[in-house]
Amino acid sequence: SAKQMSSQGGAKDLARVGETIFKSVDRFNYELFIMTYGAMVAQLLRDHEDVQEVNTRLEKMGHNIGLRLIEEFLARSNLNRCQEFKDTAEVIAKVGFKMFLGVAAGVTNWDQKKEEYSLILDENPLNDFVELPEGCQHLWFSNILCGVIRGCLEMLQWRVECKFVKDVLKGDETSEIRVKLIEIIPEEIPVGED
Amino acid sequence: SEMAATQRGSVQTGETRKEVHESCFEFLQIEMLEWISQGGEDEFGELNPVAAQKIEGLGYSVGHRLAERFTKERGRLVEPLEIIKFICKDFWLEICKKQIDNLRTNHRGVYVLHDAKFRWLTKISSTDANRTKQLSAKFLLFPCGLIRGALANLGVNCDVSAEVVTFPTCNFTIKVKN
Repeated sequence: SAKQMSSQGGAKDLARVGETIFKSVDRFNYELFIMTYGAMVAQLLRDHEDVQEVNTRLEKMGHNIGLRLIEEFLARSNLNRCQEFKDTAEVIAKVGFKMFLGVAAGVTNWDQKKEEYSLILDENPLNDFVELPEGCQHLWFSNILCGVIRGCLEMLQWRVECKFVKDVLKGDETSEIRVKLIEIIPEEIPVGED
Repeated sequence: SEMAATQRGSVQTGETRKEVHESCFEFLQIEMLEWISQGGEDEFGELNPVAAQKIEGLGYSVGHRLAERFTKERGRLVEPLEIIKFICKDFWLEICKKQIDNLRTNHRGVYVLHDAKFRWLTKISSTDANRTKQLSAKFLLFPCGLIRGALANLGVNCDVSAEVVTFPTCNFTIKVKN
């Protein structure tokens, strides 16, 4: 069972978990979702002259979503809590991405201390039907995803920095999100306990 | 067969139907509303006209594009009633997995679409009935725009408004302009 997996959690096992969950949840034709997202980004670009502000805003929205999305993830996945930061990588890539976006991601580019990794999105549903308009070369179109990851991990006591480093919309071969551990967030001890 | 069942009413013909977790759209909607509400609310939590127009406008542009995608493979619909029925059946099925429960018209350009349990509304609720009513009003702006945009794409120029009858039952009123 999922609970009996080793903490390393074979990627294949996790992929199977992700697929099973995705099949069991209520799903939605993605067009409404991605077109709404696209319309929102377009509006943000009209509202802000500085594209960096749009990036920031998207990340912040994602963060708000991530803080709440994690509940659905925990309720559905029934996985043991990751004991080490490095274990979060495949869980996010194979279970998180799969159960929400329908497409799993890959994990690569670890640093030596295992505190930083890349999520590779060979397929990003948000990108479908999108063409970046002129003057938007600094826009990370799917930056909301970085915020979602950051918010989810924050609820699990990992403070991270999450950012796009490559995007197919910019002509890169693949889309890549870099996830970096900043610190472990100490759990709050309720008042009245020692 | 199962294949036939998923392709019936599918918006993508000849392609694999892509799906995402339903909560993706729910959470996105909430955040979008939150963002537009910032600085756009009065002391009663009501959206000011600029903010309301913004979110309705977003719905409009999405509805317009969606109708384009949905009708790519179909023949052109001409009669307004045919078009409204398309909204009630195929379009509604795509956006909230069920059809409109009841359609009424005065045969003079006013149509009322009755959804006994509007799926999107069921995701927002509050223990405070007043707050729920407030949230509902804001929440319905986007779907109104969606309908208006879809209809515009299909050649029907109209105004669309919505009201919650008793949560989560709601009526969408379409007034066709001539």
